Amino acid sequence: MTTYRELLQKTRAEIREIDARAAQDLASARFVDVREADEWQEGHLPGAVHVPRGYLESRIESVAADKSQPVILYCAAANRSAFAAKTLQELGYENVYSLAGGFTDWKRNGLKITIPRTLSPEKRTRYSRHLLIPEIGEEGQLKLLDSRILLIGAGGLGSPAALYLAAAGIGRLGIIDADIVDETNLQRQIAHSLDTLGTPKVDSAKRAIEGLNPDVDVVTYRERLTSENIDRILDEGWDVIVDGADNFPTRYLVNDASVWRGIPVVHGSIYRFEGQVTVFKPHEGPCYRCLFPEPPPPELAPSCAEGGVLGVLPGIVGTLQTNEAIKLAAGIGEPLIGRLLLLDALATEFTEVKIERRDDCPVCGTHPTITEYIDYVEFCAR
Amino acid sequence: MSVVRVPPVLRLEAGGAREVKASGSTVRELLEDLAARVPALGERVYADGAIQSFVNVYVDGEDVRTRDGLDTPVRESSTVILLPAMAGGCASGC
Repeated sequence: MTTYRELLQKTRAEIREIDARAAQDLASARFVDVREADEWQEGHLPGAVHVPRGYLESRIESVAADKSQPVILYCAAANRSAFAAKTLQELGYENVYSLAGGFTDWKRNGLKITIPRTLSPEKRTRYSRHLLIPEIGEEGQLKLLDSRILLIGAGGLGSPAALYLAAAGIGRLGIIDADIVDETNLQRQIAHSLDTLGTPKVDSAKRAIEGLNPDVDVVTYRERLTSENIDRILDEGWDVIVDGADNFPTRYLVNDASVWRGIPVVHGSIYRFEGQVTVFKPHEGPCYRCLFPEPPPPELAPSCAEGGVLGVLPGIVGTLQTNEAIKLAAGIGEPLIGRLLLLDALATEFTEVKIERRDDCPVCGTHPTITEYIDYVEFCAR
Repeated sequence: MSVVRVPPVLRLEAGGAREVKASGSTVRELLEDLAARVPALGERVYADGAIQSFVNVYVDGEDVRTRDGLDTPVRESSTVILLPAMAGGCASGC
């Protein structure tokens, strides 16, 4: 029979330990904390990821996909991390270390630690299905709770976006819309209801959000976005803009402002059975003017009020936009940057085309020619 | 013949068709053939020997502006997408 002591001794002989100084010098290393959740909450190494030992085998590949990258495991006193190191060696990790002395020695030696912010028990329950996803977890949920997202429009695209962003726990949601809820909206604008007919869409959307998640701070702007008010609204500080505008002047206004301010825009547009979705991340990918340098002539720019739209289409496109917004806010995944997703709901067909930054883009190119807001008034003649 | 997808805002010009066929070994030849077959659609997209500035033309998922423009090769099996900007949402207009 082997005792725990003997097993520990044997395991230690089969793995490599690393001291704190050498660990800090190993710049490319991934630090993995294998302790329990309550130990992690009391403090951990800066930049470490938390994978409790019981989940090590199932979750390690999602935090350290490259098996040649050095992985430094630690626990309180280098016992659990020794067993964990043995396991990772068996999984094919080539450069695995157990941190000698563990977290206890690290802290005792006065080295830097991070004390994580934590979610309240109520939030832990509300967001439990997010917390279970390794890519989001508590850290990602805290990022969502800290993020500020501005919705342009509380109509077909803005409705599902507002509801799902609120449900996801986005800390602050700004909503711009000057319109009033009318009966023709209810075929698709699901944030509104019979109870809010005749009331401003921003107030109706706020009511729906508060019914879903009262933690969200909703800021309403009952006005049409123009060159006059855009700076005032954007000065409030937004991490992501979800563009569900219904007209070209607003699209270009939002684009130009977002490029100048470096705010990513999740773009969605719809007409009849077809939709387009992409992410314009200033200076990393193309902007709206790289895609469409100028608006089409008004006769080629019918609105849904003129041409109609399948009610569920803004639901699909708006939720695709929301998915992109959540990824940007949480800093995860591969956002639709430089890719335009085309959706044909009648054929149920998704097509992706590449879009590239243009050197000669009038706003984000090397020699911009547009440096102040343009009001495309000809579009607004009713 | 290559398949040319017609965007919803240009379907009236294409007699309601969601896609039309046109032939040509380059984008120029294809658009000229398109203009001959479906003149109303052709002139919306291609006028005076140039692609209209508010329309993007993609051959097999790539914007021809980022390739060889009108000289971009087109194959029989290619799918060509004509894409003007769509205004977007669905409130009451401006």
